[in-house]
Amino acid sequence: MDVLDGNALAGRLADLLGWDATDSLIRCRSCGDGGAVARVAVYVSAMGAVARCRSCDAVLLTVVDAVGGRSWFGMPGIDALEVRRA
Amino acid sequence: MTRRPTAWHTATVVDVRPETPTAKRLDLDVPTWPGNDAGAHLDLRLTAPDGYQASRSYSIASSGDGTRVVLAVDEVPDGEVSPFLVHDLRVGDEIEVHGPLGAFFVWMPPADDDPRPVQLIAGGSGVVPLYAMARAHAVAGDASEFRLLYSVRTPDDVFFRDEIAALAESGAVDLDLVFTRSSPPEASFPPGRLTAERLRDAVVPAAHNPRVYVCGPTPFVEAVSRWLLDAGHRPGDIRTERFGGS
Repeated sequence: MDVLDGNALAGRLADLLGWDATDSLIRCRSCGDGGAVARVAVYVSAMGAVARCRSCDAVLLTVVDAVGGRSWFGMPGIDALEVRRA
Repeated sequence: MTRRPTAWHTATVVDVRPETPTAKRLDLDVPTWPGNDAGAHLDLRLTAPDGYQASRSYSIASSGDGTRVVLAVDEVPDGEVSPFLVHDLRVGDEIEVHGPLGAFFVWMPPADDDPRPVQLIAGGSGVVPLYAMARAHAVAGDASEFRLLYSVRTPDDVFFRDEIAALAESGAVDLDLVFTRSSPPEASFPPGRLTAERLRDAVVPAAHNPRVYVCGPTPFVEAVSRWLLDAGHRPGDIRTERFGGS
């Protein structure tokens, strides 16, 4: 499986947040490394996606696609996510 | 920069034509579409009669306002979505699209008179969002220096061949094509993979402070990023978008 990047999470995060978060900053809970969401490592499969920190490999976020148009989001490794208020 | 709102939309296929021997160009009409920023992508979702859904991301080749969205889809052999789009999609079909997406990988015409140069580096079908940027630059007529380095298997595999040739001819974009499998007789290099040396000779030098956009398959993007860093480009100036085969 090729490692993709956070650009591949744009649609799923828009489902969750209602806006495009690819150029928002994100900070890893494990090592404190920060950067644009688009720069994290992302593994995509038929079951969903896993995002990992490029610095320490910690799991930042998981998405599992369920039947009936539902998804399960887990955010075990996100310390903070930048939100630009309208 | 005002973001264009992201939402699910119903798209109608208005034109399908061959782009390369393995790819099709799809023109979609999306009445509720908010317009395209150059470099953005969308998620395209297919639903089977039994309710099973599959979605994939595709870069958008069109730019600017309007409800027309142009995609160029390369067939991934044994893929789940692209073979359907390349072989079975017909004019009049409706599909669901989610977008526009990908603000990180967007280029906007700069407002200042002395803008930074822009270096675009494409591997294969990764040229699609970069073509959108080059075209947006030509339409805006801004003062940015634009270069496109495009690595592609053969001359027949070049996406938007006529359009890119016209952009190069008009002087809007400096074009370097790297043919990896077979090259035309007039090419100045024999076919072969892009190398660190050839990249360094072709791109805007790091000293000129360019913004660099790289799009292609993961191994291509990883190699190019490493070479750019070795050549002195700053990590923050390199924006990358990777895709895989599925």
